This record gives sequence, structure tokens and C-alpha cells, in this order.
Amino acid sequence: MECGIVSYGAYIPRHRISVKEIARIWNEDGDGLSKGLNVIEKSIPGFDEDTATISVAAARNALVRCSVNPKDIGAVYVGSESHPYAVKPTGTILAEAIGATPNSMVADLEFACKAGTAGMQMCMGLVKSGMIKYGLAVGADTSQGAPMDPLEYTASAGGAAFIIGAENVIAKINKTLSFTTDTPDFWRREGQTYPRHGGRFTGEPAYFRHITSCAKMLFEAAGTKPTDYQYAIFHQPNGAFPSKVGKTLGFTPEQLKPGLIVPYIGNTYSGAVPVGLSAVLDVANPGERIFVVSYGSGAGSDGFDITVTDEILKLRRDAAPSVKQYVDRKKNVDYAIYAKMRGKIRMAGE
Amino acid sequence: MTVPRFWREIPQRYNLIGSKCGSCGTVDFPPRTICPHCRRKSIGKMEDIKLSGKGEIVSYSIVREAPEGFEIQVPYAMALIKLDDGPTLTAQIVDCELEEVKIGARVEAVFRRIQEESKSGVIYYGYKFQLAMPQVK
Amino acid sequence: MRDVAVIGVGMTKFGELWEQSLRDLITEAGMKAIADANLSGSDIDGAYVGTMSAGKFVGQEHIAPLVVDMAGLSNTHIPAVRVEAGDASGSVAFREAYLAVASGAHELVIAGGVEKMTDVSSSQMVNIQSTSCDQEWEAFFGASMSSLYGMMARAHMHRYGTTREQLAAVAVKNHANGVLNPNARFKFPIKPEDVLKAGMVADPLTTYDCAPASDGAAAVILCSMERARKFTDKPIRIAASVQASDTIALHDRRDICTMDSVVLAAKKAYAQAGITAEKVNLAEVHDAYTIGEIMAIEDLGFAEKGKGGIAAASGETALTGRIPINTSGGMKARGHPLGATGIAQIIEIVDQLKGRAGGRQVKDAKFGLAQSVGGTGATAVVNILEGGL
Ligand SMILES: [Zn+2]
Repeated sequence: MECGIVSYGAYIPRHRISVKEIARIWNEDGDGLSKGLNVIEKSIPGFDEDTATISVAAARNALVRCSVNPKDIGAVYVGSESHPYAVKPTGTILAEAIGATPNSMVADLEFACKAGTAGMQMCMGLVKSGMIKYGLAVGADTSQGAPMDPLEYTASAGGAAFIIGAENVIAKINKTLSFTTDTPDFWRREGQTYPRHGGRFTGEPAYFRHITSCAKMLFEAAGTKPTDYQYAIFHQPNGAFPSKVGKTLGFTPEQLKPGLIVPYIGNTYSGAVPVGLSAVLDVANPGERIFVVSYGSGAGSDGFDITVTDEILKLRRDAAPSVKQYVDRKKNVDYAIYAKMRGKIRMAGE
Repeated sequence: MTVPRFWREIPQRYNLIGSKCGSCGTVDFPPRTICPHCRRKSIGKMEDIKLSGKGEIVSYSIVREAPEGFEIQVPYAMALIKLDDGPTLTAQIVDCELEEVKIGARVEAVFRRIQEESKSGVIYYGYKFQLAMPQVK
Repeated sequence: MRDVAVIGVGMTKFGELWEQSLRDLITEAGMKAIADANLSGSDIDGAYVGTMSAGKFVGQEHIAPLVVDMAGLSNTHIPAVRVEAGDASGSVAFREAYLAVASGAHELVIAGGVEKMTDVSSSQMVNIQSTSCDQEWEAFFGASMSSLYGMMARAHMHRYGTTREQLAAVAVKNHANGVLNPNARFKFPIKPEDVLKAGMVADPLTTYDCAPASDGAAAVILCSMERARKFTDKPIRIAASVQASDTIALHDRRDICTMDSVVLAAKKAYAQAGITAEKVNLAEVHDAYTIGEIMAIEDLGFAEKGKGGIAAASGETALTGRIPINTSGGMKARGHPLGATGIAQIIEIVDQLKGRAGGRQVKDAKFGLAQSVGGTGATAVVNILEGGL
């Protein structure tokens, strides 16, 4: 049974802070950091935004582009490491806000930065088994890096939603698989505000090993090589890692560029690969092939071999803002406003 | 606010569910039990209707002395918005410069956090509006 | 229905009264009114008390018997009724008292109003004030009372060309009047630039466009006209007392530049009094926000619709103008203790009609009008008093 993406939608909050501005506070070399990370600025959620509101915005953008009746969405999965509640699902808020209640399976997922792609796989299973007509998978985050922590330069907010189904598929998912091990490179304990990480340990044994292993498995399973693809999207905690892993695997910068959004909005965590994939779908043509590998600390990678179909021409892509339009719609703020917006200032009574 | 007081308004707050009078066709938001025009004739004929969430600013004010729970957001714009479907409602205008808020400006509904009961309490979501993104068809 | 007169009035000073509790305030006002009417408390056979939010401000509901109790009248066991109609609570209490006497059900009735506002924080204040608008569909989304009036002001400016300076003229004029009122909270004059340069509360309204939340109480004694002469040689007749309502939310109104409830109440009040707007010598109107006064003088027929700003700026509504408005200083300078305001307006009209308004006396005043608004216009009350009888 054919199965894939029926529609998609992304959302990026409006406010930005530059790496240079954050570096100014900590007396670091802003230009050097910005260049090294290949990140200019990162998005900041508004006072009134969280993973639930970002998920709703992205999902509504997906719905407005297609003709799917929300009542036919039988499963809703929200992948995030920053669900607004520790206990109480984001998914029910989302399902209610798009009219997919009450006959739907709903759950929140967490797998660091790959919970969104995990949701896509789960939806595929349910669609392929015939249990549901459509599934909605969202990856969204309003991630926080501790002040002065290297993560602070990139931890941002955004997300994307995919309607997965077997009819009117705009991008067929030919193959998906995962590579998973127990590798504690990044974590956040219950009740803690900020995550912690293993420093350089997050690189070679974590990000690079999982993505390259997953990618190689996917090439083998799909019988493909890098030149078979017009686009490649890798998890993008910064701009440097995906470029390096892409090069190692044999992809050119041209294949990576359309899906590399992190330089302009930072690392949207569970939203990172989904936003990158949305940006590619904004411009992709029928017959083009997309290679996707996400990465979630802890650790695992989900790989997808995708082919864009003729159906994409029927999708009302301009009925919702493109990723580029969201990237361009921005307002930069300084560190003080950023600290206020992110609740980093201790208020009376706290 | 208590949880059930918020919870029972979720259809209106999340999805702009209004009512339409089966007798005269008037659309109201929030939904009414009785049509103010038809009154008795409308009993039993009021139907739910999902509003488009698109409309126009009728008037506005920039709040600088805020109610409890809204203090950190000042200055913020509150507006009366006449929806294309008929009714007028009161909502915050977000994600723009305050100077861009004008009478007659086209706006569209977005889904946002409105209030929270406390730092450990329930979060109340609902509609706010943003200036319509002109490039989107 | 028989004719009803006001035979005594009394009020506290309005302001930030740190030493006085709600019960201290209303007791003081009531005692003064009883003394002014030359009667003893035991003559009173009914009490009406207007308060908007005693429960939220000081945690006390069931205000009416408390007031009677504090006045030392608990052993008279008279019926005591609390009236709530937003910041028109005092005016509605007055009207209920009027109806009780006019109908013959009661002989001698006290109508009071009180609010003890300043015990709460400023953001709590914003919340409580907005309880008289729609909690679920206005306040829930972050609308404050001042922002709703700000929207009316913005619309009025947009449609009629009303200017910021015209709004300021209302505040300047009311401060000038307040200087002459010993009970006023603000007894200092201001200049137009003071209003324009003051901090914004809700654009386009600044601090000086908003009446100050205050503590205070006021009370009046009513009896039948025929009996009134026993107590006073200058009884003031209630020529009309009319109340009207409208949608609770501003966004559901037919027009936000006019208050239909006020227009209707005024029309009926003029008919009941058998006069036209031209016959009114002075008026106390609802200037909780300066735009409120501009809309009021239009809706009451003292200025053409859309020309209220011009009337305010040209001096037509000043003490010496064609139609003096808010000779007491209005809510802006006298202060606005929500439930007490409506009664304080009546007191100003009574003092003017009795010729005892001191430095702010309007010469030869025969008809005085008091207009009060609850919330953004969901309740409107228009009372017309007649003196010189
Ligand atoms: Zn009808």
C-alpha cells in the first residue's frame, strides 16, 4: 500500500535574537561563533506561544492546503521535548483545535529532537494497517538552553505538521527505518528547567554515528545513492553538523541548502527536520526525491526515502505561509527582551 | 477562573463556533440560545456554525495598564473585530508593530495562550488575531 | 404614582481614605444625610444601597443590612436592599428608592452608594473594574474597562474628527470645577498639556482621561412631595427617573460612538419631566473617561452627535457656559468610587438647585440632570431633578 504525506504546514514564531547578541552578554566572540555554528539568529516564542500553539498553527496550515476533513484524522501525535504540561497531553489541545476529536488516537511523544519524525512513522503504520484514514504527526518545540550554555545560541522555537495518508499523497514515503541505541548525550531530568548534555560527546558517538548509520541502512534498503536525490535533510542542531554529515555521506551543499533552515531560525528541536522538510516541499517538483534523516539525543535516527508525486501540483501550497515567508517575517530583539520573553527574569513572588 | 468555567467554552474559544438563527439567518458569536431578532420564533432553531476567523478592525486601543496576568505583555493591542460572517468580537492583535494596528485593517484568527490559572495551574487557550499575511492566498 | 422629593443629602470626602473602612464611609454619609433632612434615623422605613463590588474589594457581600446595622438601626428591622448595576449602582439604588416611595410602598427611604476601592493592588483594580463588562468575551481576552472606552474614543475620533485636545478639554474643565468642590478628590487645576503628556493608560486615553478609583460614600433621603415640606422649605422634586439597558459587551452594540441606552433613557426622562434638553440648566454626566462625557452630552441632546468634542473645547460646558456639565468636578476630579458616584451626582444637583453650591453655583438653576452609566453602557440611568418649588 502506498503511503506518504498528504499535506504539510510549518510555523515559526516572529521574534529573533542573533547569536552575536547572545555572545555580547557572555563576552564571547559573536562573529566567530555565528560563523562556526553557521547560525545567524534563532526564533523566540511569543509570551503567548508554546508547543501547543505552534502545533495548532502548523496543523491548521497543513489542513488549509488540502481537502482533508479533520474528522477523518484518526491519530494525532505531537512530538516535543517542551510540552506545556508535564502531565496532560498537548495532543488533545491540538486535536480539539483542528476538529479531530473525539474519534482519534492521541498521544504526546518525546524523543529529544526526533519525536516529530517518530510520529510520522507511527502514523504510517496505522495508515498502512488500515486502522486509520489519515494521521497527523507534528514536531514542535520551544526549547530552552541554559544561560551561557552553548545550547543557548541555538535553542529556538518552531514546528511543522504532516498529514499522513494513502490517498492524494503529495510525497510518497518509499521507505522508513530507524537506528537506535542507548546513548545519553543530552537529557533533561523531570522538574528541571534546562537540559544538560555531554559536551563534545554529543558529536561523534551521538549525532554523527546515528545519522551515518541510519543513512547507510536507508541507502541499502532503498537501493539508492546520494545522486538519486534532489534534496537531503538532516537534523540541524546548528548549521555546521548537517553540512558535515552530508558531505561525509556524499551529498553536495546544493542538495542540502533548500532544507537547511537552522541558520535563520536556530534549532527547533523536534521541529528541525519537519521544518526543513516543509521548506523542501514548498519548492519541490513532481518526481524529485528527498533523503531525510532526523536525530534525537538519547539516541536515535529516523530515515525516510521520499518521492514527490504529481499530486503536489494540486495541493494549494500558497494557501498557507511558506517556510521562507515565516523566516522573512521577523522582529529582532535584544538579550534583555529575550530574557523577559523566555521567563529568565525572576519576578516578584517567584 | 475555575477549570470547568474555561472548559465549557472550548468550542468557541478554540474554533470560533457561533450560532445561526434558523429563522432569520443572523449569526451570533458567542452562540446564543435565543435570537435577539426572532426571540420565540428562534427557539429550537439555533444551529452551531463555525466562523471563518477573518475580519476587519472596527476600533482598537493599546493597553498599557493591564489586568492581572496580562502585565508582562504590555503594551498590547485590543480590538473590536467585525468578522466576515457577521458578528463582532473583542480580541488581542498580536505579531505586529502597534503602529500597524489600524481601523479597517484585515485580520485573521490565530490560536494562542490567553491566560493561565497560575504557574502550576491550567493554561487557557483561545483566539487572538494577527494582521492578515498579504502574500498568502 | 405620587411625586417624590429629595429632602436630605450627605457624602464623605472622596479620595484615597486610608483610615476609613467601607462601613465607616457609608455610616458617615448616611448620618450626614439624616442630619441634613432634619429627621431621626428611626423615621426611615426602607434602605437601598448601591455598591458594585464590595465582595471583590473588601470581601463583604450582604452589604445592605450591614449598612443599616452600622447606622444603629438594626432594631428598626427595616427592609434593606443592595443594588448592583456596575458603576451605575448608586443611580439604580436611587431609582429603586424613588419607585418605592412613588408607589406608596414606603414613606421615607434612604438611598446610599459606597465603594471602598483602594485596598487592592492596581492590577486587581483593573480586573475588578472590568467585572462590569463581559467577563467571558471581553475581560478574558485581556480587555480592560479603559481599553473599551479607548476603543470608543478611537472610533469617535475616526468618524467625527474628535481630537485628543477636545478630550483633554473635558478633564481640564472638570478639574477647574473640582477646585471649587470641598468634597472633591482633586482640587487642583490642570492644563491641556498635562493631559496630553500624561502616561498612556489605554491609547488614546491617558491617566488624566480616566477618573481615579477612589473611596467614598454618599446618601440621600427621599419622601413624598406632600410630606417633604415638613422637613425642608426647599424640597427638590424628582421630575424623572428612567433606566435603560443594552448588550453587556461593547462589541455587540449597534454603534460604539453612541450609547443607545442613554439616548433612550434621556428621551423617556425628558418626556416624564415634560421638558426638553434646552430646559436643563446643568448636568452631572458619566465621565469615568473623558470620551464618556463627550458621548454623554451628545446622547443627552446637549450637543449634536459628533460635535461633543467641539462643545467641550469651546467652553459651552464650562461652569459659565451654555450648559454647565459636571459642576462638581465630575468623576474625573471629584473621584469615582463606583457605587457612590450615582448618589454623589444627585447630591451635586440637589445642592445646585438649592443654591448652596458655593463657588461653583449655577445661577437660577431649575432643572438639573444626572446621567450614569454601568460598564460600557449596558446600564444607563437618567434622573431629572427640579428645584425652586
Ligand atoms: Zn433570528
